[in-house]
Amino acid sequence: MSQELYTNLAIFVLSLLVGFEVISKIPSTLHTPMMSGANAIHGVVVVGSILIALEAKGPLFDVIAFIAVVLGAINVAGGYVVTDRMLTMFSKPKRANTDAEKDGDAK
Amino acid sequence: MMSPLTTIVSLSYLVSAACYVIGLHMMRTPKTARNGNRLSAVGMLLAVIMTFIVVLVKHETSMTGWIIMLVGLVIGVAYGAVKARTVQMTDMPQLVSLFNAVGGGAAAAIGIYDYLTQPTGSHLALAFSLPVILDLLIGCVTFSGSLIATGKLSGKISGKPITFPGAKLLNGIVIIVMLASIVLTVGFPTAPWILIMTIVAGLVFGLLMAMPIGGADMPVVVSLLNAFTGLAVAMAGFVIDNQVLIIAGALVGAAGTILTLQMAAAMNRSVANILAGGFGTGDFGATAADDVPVNVKETTADDIGVQLAYAKNVMIVPGYGLAAAQAQHEVAELAKLLTDNGINVNYAIHPVAGRMPGHMNVLLAEVNVPYDQMKQLEEANAMFENTDVSLVIGANDVTNPAARKPNTAITGMPILDVDKSKSIVIIKRSMSTGYAGIQNELFSNDKSAMFFSDAKKGLQEIVAATKEYLEQ
Repeated sequence: MSQELYTNLAIFVLSLLVGFEVISKIPSTLHTPMMSGANAIHGVVVVGSILIALEAKGPLFDVIAFIAVVLGAINVAGGYVVTDRMLTMFSKPKRANTDAEKDGDAK
Repeated sequence: MMSPLTTIVSLSYLVSAACYVIGLHMMRTPKTARNGNRLSAVGMLLAVIMTFIVVLVKHETSMTGWIIMLVGLVIGVAYGAVKARTVQMTDMPQLVSLFNAVGGGAAAAIGIYDYLTQPTGSHLALAFSLPVILDLLIGCVTFSGSLIATGKLSGKISGKPITFPGAKLLNGIVIIVMLASIVLTVGFPTAPWILIMTIVAGLVFGLLMAMPIGGADMPVVVSLLNAFTGLAVAMAGFVIDNQVLIIAGALVGAAGTILTLQMAAAMNRSVANILAGGFGTGDFGATAADDVPVNVKETTADDIGVQLAYAKNVMIVPGYGLAAAQAQHEVAELAKLLTDNGINVNYAIHPVAGRMPGHMNVLLAEVNVPYDQMKQLEEANAMFENTDVSLVIGANDVTNPAARKPNTAITGMPILDVDKSKSIVIIKRSMSTGYAGIQNELFSNDKSAMFFSDAKKGLQEIVAATKEYLEQ
């Protein structure tokens, strides 16, 4: 086994354990925003997409890289925006009107 | 020794990773949740910027590369942000599922790219071959599975479990093909047909996995696919030797797994049982079962209005039916009417109420229900004894006292003790059973009265009736 693989494997295993530890303490009330927040974090895949897009050589590679960038960008942008919108609703001041049809992102 | 640039980039990636962990940690309470998500977003931005810097310094990129990347980013960001800003809160589950699909798809595309950059016929080192094949398989499964899940949740594909003769056999074959592709990739020289076989097997497996699952169980599968996407991204990180992908992917993998287990536990099911499918019959149809037991009392909006107007403590028990009918605005209106007249109103929220765990809280938060009125299971159960009227709206199995008895389909499932309140009103479209497929003993309780109606329409009538009595 190479040193590089060992390091990556160690990082992987420890991150899994950190993930278990951090997540298990979240109340069920916040599970949906949390799931959405975690969803945004796997949008980090866009970093990988950017890296392959910039080294792509040849039409086939260009196409694959382009798809990877578009998909990754949807994930990361959409994930963070929708999570923020959801959480805005939780932190709204206590006023009991019901005209909050599509606010969330109003501010 | 690392070069100065590598050092800076690596350290920045480390900061990004810390942002994700601390951000997730801050999402534990509503007070810090929003900042937590923002911290995580800052970490993400940092990772992306550092990636740009690496590329700029290396000076190896062609003009085409830049165009592909920038155009792709603009299209993706615009589409994602618009979707995220315009989605209805009730449609949240399918949006999360869509983002799983694109995330998994991106991870798979990276796998395909890196596989193809290896010369055909070359032997791959295990450190590359194993992550790349796992990235491909998990990414493809997530991509097709999540798209099916999105379709089912949005009603574009029937929410009912879809099975066909020979499905099990086909499943078995696909699993064998996937195992074969792992062996071929790890032990044999690269070949385009191995790549194609892997992609097809992954996509078909994703389809077969999501198709037989009923609408009510779908959120568990979405959560599982969320975990899968994380793992696919982590594998992509191994493939391109990028630590920030590994850390973030593993975090999400762990998070999704925990969530999936908690959701399944709250439904008193095992994940394996849910994946076996065919159990949840889908809730969109609500076919009237018509075997209304004689001892069920029916009531009217008018009666409910009287009861509510003279109550001191009211507990609202919202469920899937409320989310499906998009009746959260009407609930909030009723609650406001009651609180304005000095009546205590609280919400008893089961962990799996709504369409995802915690989804009901989002829907109620959307209509400005104060966070402290949303009571979680244990808290709510302590309050039922002093509750004058419990208003059950579109909830079923999570209120069934049969869970406390041995040998029922839901034995041992944590439930809301609605039967302990002084009076119970149930708003439901029909006597049809919940996804557990059993009658709810709560409905035939002496203290219970049924109001057969769609949640939205029924609540409008109740609001009107209650208003009249309160104004007298």
